[in-house]
Amino acid sequence: MKQRHWLKALALVAVLTLVGAACADDDPATGDNGTDAPTEDPLGTVTIESGGAIEIAVLQSITGDTASLGTDQVRGTEVAVDDRGGELLGHPIELTVEDDGCDATVGTTAAQSIVSNPQILGILGSSCSGAAVPAAEIMSEAGLVMISGSNTSPSLTSDLQGTAAESFQEGYFRTAHNDLIQGRAAATFAIENLGAATAATIHDGDPYTEGLATAFANAFEELGGEVTLATAVNKGDTDMRPVLTEVAATEPDLVFFPIFQPEADFIVQQAAEVGLDNTEQLMAADGVLSDTFVSIADTEGMYFSGPATPQGGEYADFVAKYEEANGEKPIQSFHAHAYDAANILFDAIESVAVDNGDGTLTIGRQALRDAVAATSGFAGLTGTLACDEFGDCAAAKIDIVQNTEALVSINEVKENVLFTFEP
Amino acid sequence: MSEAVAGRASRKLTGIDGFLWLLRIVLIGAIAIGAFNSLVSGRLSGQDWRNLIVFGIAQGSVYALIALGYTMVYGVLRFINFAHGEVFMIGAMIGFVVADPLSRTAFWHEQTILAVLLVILAAMVASTTVALVLERVAYRPLRSAPRLVPFITAIGASFFLQYAIAGLFGVGFKSYPRVPGLTGAFEFAGFRLLKTQSLVIVVAAVAMAGLYMFIERTKAGRAIRAVSEDQETARLMGINVDRTIALVFAVGGAMAGIAGVLYGIVFGQVFFFSGFVPGIKAFTAAVLGGIGNISGAMAGGLVLGSVESVGPSLVLTGLGVPAANQLKDMVAFLTLVLVLIFRPTGILGERLAEDRV
Repeated sequence: MKQRHWLKALALVAVLTLVGAACADDDPATGDNGTDAPTEDPLGTVTIESGGAIEIAVLQSITGDTASLGTDQVRGTEVAVDDRGGELLGHPIELTVEDDGCDATVGTTAAQSIVSNPQILGILGSSCSGAAVPAAEIMSEAGLVMISGSNTSPSLTSDLQGTAAESFQEGYFRTAHNDLIQGRAAATFAIENLGAATAATIHDGDPYTEGLATAFANAFEELGGEVTLATAVNKGDTDMRPVLTEVAATEPDLVFFPIFQPEADFIVQQAAEVGLDNTEQLMAADGVLSDTFVSIADTEGMYFSGPATPQGGEYADFVAKYEEANGEKPIQSFHAHAYDAANILFDAIESVAVDNGDGTLTIGRQALRDAVAATSGFAGLTGTLACDEFGDCAAAKIDIVQNTEALVSINEVKENVLFTFEP
Repeated sequence: MSEAVAGRASRKLTGIDGFLWLLRIVLIGAIAIGAFNSLVSGRLSGQDWRNLIVFGIAQGSVYALIALGYTMVYGVLRFINFAHGEVFMIGAMIGFVVADPLSRTAFWHEQTILAVLLVILAAMVASTTVALVLERVAYRPLRSAPRLVPFITAIGASFFLQYAIAGLFGVGFKSYPRVPGLTGAFEFAGFRLLKTQSLVIVVAAVAMAGLYMFIERTKAGRAIRAVSEDQETARLMGINVDRTIALVFAVGGAMAGIAGVLYGIVFGQVFFFSGFVPGIKAFTAAVLGGIGNISGAMAGGLVLGSVESVGPSLVLTGLGVPAANQLKDMVAFLTLVLVLIFRPTGILGERLAEDRV
């Protein structure tokens, strides 16, 4: 009898402890770690011990069909690290690479894994806007900084007219263009260069594809065109014939489908079967700007919108270093943006780090965010960068290119520029 | 006896019954309104609707072939073989492994029909082997275990096969080579059929007819029907139950192998995860048509494929739902729910106990 009372009491204590732990406030790493650092920071500080590494997380899509997008940016980041001799302020730079899976679920897990390490100062990534939406929220609450080289969804920053977007988070920045600009570029090309009066859009539910398709549709209608059908497919769908039948039935002059592979592969392969056999009526965007897509015979004649390839000697030097380190030329379109993102972060760390005189550094998290946010007149490979209040730092420049029979690799396609748009 | 029957017929209508009747009326009403709107609005031409039906039948034929495997195994063992989707995927993969080098030879272009038959044969052999090995290694030892155990084994086998293939062949998409002579379309009774689709429909029809003949007319088929009806009695009658069950798995595997090659030809790309969604859809089709019933699996497959293809455009867009094609999976599974609400034993009913040998 007495034992039973004992067990009940013990169980009650255990339950109360669990409840207490669950209801406790989540404390981001606050306060300094016991050094004599004079700085106090509302988001906390990170102390790098003598000889310790400056830890940066890299969150990119490195597996699956979008692997080229992330791998290209990881390599760009590595070139940036090498350019600094692998160290900042006498401390080695340590990159922790995580896969964002181009997916919200995988991105969430990766972000949680990153923020569980209190020494990580910031995240370079993600590759895909879909993964960035939850990852930005997690990193923002933990006080980190996140700079993406390829997120373009408008929902992550603002409407470019002063209103924050629905997934905007403090501490999030990007060096890639806002898709409101890309949508306008594609729409302007369609109306002025192609003379299209009607268009149909297809997205796949992902924040990037939906944002871009909507931006295109809005800009297209503003410029006087008519969007005959705005529809969508699912990631993982293989049979696109019913949705293409619906699209073809509305007889659009242009079909804009800014989605990823493999759904884009199925669309181009099945389009001819339902009557959309003129590939010059098809247009996709930067999600499929890779060798694996343009090598498909059905993409000949198609148009693509994407970030403009940087020009100039500095970019040529970068490509040479990239090729030397990796044995091939860049495989997607955002390597230079990733390089610029890394350099903005490194410069910011250098400017706010406090040298405590004994070989240790203290870096305030809020100070780091403020330093990145104050970026202005930054001479990067992609242009002169300046961050607005919502995290858009890009020097946006969009190229519309066309794939033809003669062109075989994505680098050749990207040189076939038909139209450039700069807001 | 008759009093009990009379009592059943005159029991009171409970609230649940009333709710179900209301639900049925509302659903039929919604479908009718959506369909009416779509057809009247002239958004799609008559030819477009016919095309959608053809797409649905082609897709449905693939589902039907896979569903046969599910339904036959359920018939003899009362067990859902969840690894069957992977048997289909392996058929598709081996079909690619044979077709890819073959497509670079002159044989592919000169004797196309023979070459395609060779590919189908290779896929059938691969799928049958995998199905037989599965039965022998994963399911037979657990035949007397509680029902949940082989169920979990099946899921485990499914993952094992997926990642074994991923390890052996890589995770990338494999593109089926173009079959010469299969490009283009032709008209038939007002329907525009793509040549690839007509191949799928014809091959699937021949396979299903062959299977039906096998089950109904041959001694081995009679043995299968006997074991489905009553395993113990069949054993007493002198039927080798173990061999019959192995035969069922083999035949189901062969059908899935054919389906794999057809899928590769129609969709062009396969990878290690290709079996997952078609497997679930085929299982849905088997239940839809009446699980355990072979004609039911065929009917269920065709119905599911057609509903998936035509449903979003016909019903959802008519009801004003935007981007309806994104919801086609929802439409497919909702069809299952609807059929079960209206006819719980499936379209052709569960004839396991009624069909006397």
